[in-house]
Amino acid sequence: MLQITDLVKQYPNGFRALHGVSVTVDEPQVVAVIGSSGAGKSTLIRCINRLVEPTTGAIVLEGTDITKLNRAQLRQARRRMGMIFQEYNLVERLTVMENVLSGRLGYVGFWRAFRRNYPADDVASAFELLERVGLGGRHDTRADALSGGQRQRVGIARALMQKPDLLLVDEPTASLDPKTSRQIMRLICALAHERGTPALVNIHDVALAQSTADRVIGLREGNLVFDGKPTDLTPAVLTDIYGEEDWSATIRKDDDDEDEEAVAARDNGHALDAEAYAG
Amino acid sequence: MTLAEHAARYPEVWRKFSPRQTLIRYAWFVGVVFVAVWSIQNLDITWEYFLDAHIQAGDLIVRMVPPDWDHFSDILDPLLETIHIATLGTAVTFAIALPVAFLSARNTTPNTVLWAIGRFILVASRSINTVVWALIFVAIFGPGAIAGIWAIAARSIGFMGKLIAEAIEEIDHGTVEAIEATGASRLKVLLIGVLPQVLPVITGTTVYRWDINIRESTVLGFVGAGGIGIQLYSSINQFQWDEVAVMLLAVFGVVVISEFVSAAVRQRIT
Repeated sequence: MLQITDLVKQYPNGFRALHGVSVTVDEPQVVAVIGSSGAGKSTLIRCINRLVEPTTGAIVLEGTDITKLNRAQLRQARRRMGMIFQEYNLVERLTVMENVLSGRLGYVGFWRAFRRNYPADDVASAFELLERVGLGGRHDTRADALSGGQRQRVGIARALMQKPDLLLVDEPTASLDPKTSRQIMRLICALAHERGTPALVNIHDVALAQSTADRVIGLREGNLVFDGKPTDLTPAVLTDIYGEEDWSATIRKDDDDEDEEAVAARDNGHALDAEAYAG
Repeated sequence: MTLAEHAARYPEVWRKFSPRQTLIRYAWFVGVVFVAVWSIQNLDITWEYFLDAHIQAGDLIVRMVPPDWDHFSDILDPLLETIHIATLGTAVTFAIALPVAFLSARNTTPNTVLWAIGRFILVASRSINTVVWALIFVAIFGPGAIAGIWAIAARSIGFMGKLIAEAIEEIDHGTVEAIEATGASRLKVLLIGVLPQVLPVITGTTVYRWDINIRESTVLGFVGAGGIGIQLYSSINQFQWDEVAVMLLAVFGVVVISEFVSAAVRQRIT
């Protein structure tokens, strides 16, 4: 599905963010990318859809080497990669529906986009997705009237509107409170599994990564230093990734998380209201 | 803490400026006075005219009162023409300034050459006064409203283009990145990612400029570019101050209304 080989990124100021990283994702799984700030997590994810231009290396998605594409071909390739951002990056002054439908901009013509005249199929799947992410009925609300958690749900719906082969998720919960963070992370994982879409998720919260991801990779100063199952994250491994620290309180034991999930699903509407107040 | 301890620990006096800073501030003051005195000397002002200025001003007011309201029906058409010149001039400006603004903003310009051309248009437009533009367009189109419309547009393009370009440069780049990440073309990124972010500024500056243009278009007639200025100019030349008073009051009324409309529209933009 996705094969990254010897990816190097050197910024114009000489800073080397990635020193030859190789990662292969060959099954639909949620891969959490962890590491300190500046370890190259964001650079890695942004190199895949070339929001950041890789210096050398290969990124092969479904048989296409993305690093070799020209601008027009890159736009074609980007249509197959959905991206979710830390700051949601919605068009604040447009409605929820316009934001979700913007995921189809790679497919509709300029004048259709201008008149907001999207194909009926797209509108239908937008309504379905909005309901799935817990925003049913909010399609005409302006994005700037939503809370952080609700905005991220719109961001998720926009990315999934692309029917992507790969989800790139950059710190989806870093601007959210702990409870909303967990709801959002679970939603992303659930949707990735439902649709069989692999996802690369940058995340700072080790405990949350452990409890939700299928696989964890660790970056340290631009090098891949860990690639394994969430349960393999021992204090020694975390020290290797982040440096010396007391990790005993961070590493999760299997707790009663499943119950909480069920409650969260049942109380979805209620939780959203609470989010709106928390604003 | 005893007084002695306090005196030992802290300085006795506190001043905001050091002696050096104080000296520099006085030097600036002296410099400004010097420039003002120099300007007055250079201008060869005839001070005798000042002596009876208050008498002349009083005389002018006496001649203006009462305004010749019978004249009002004669100025209605030129007054409307003035408003039309301002409105059409603003419409032309909108059509030209918008693309120029996108060329002149660093984050949306296609290349450096077009950016330089856009910036040149903005600077050229703003460096020439509306009345001077009117003289140029009267020479091109002949006297009349068409010259006025183009004069208004020529001066306004720089104003609106600059403000809109600055707004484009200050948009949230994350949103643009997100739209780019969907595989949207450059034009669609501008349409969905950039335009909604600057729409309040576009609407606000357009209405604000229309309001300015109504004021500007009242003098276009002085140089033959249409509107109420022609009548105003001839009445002043014929010392018909009671007619001038009517026109000034009428213009004042229109300006107040246009300012009110422009303020109300700008307040509603969210």
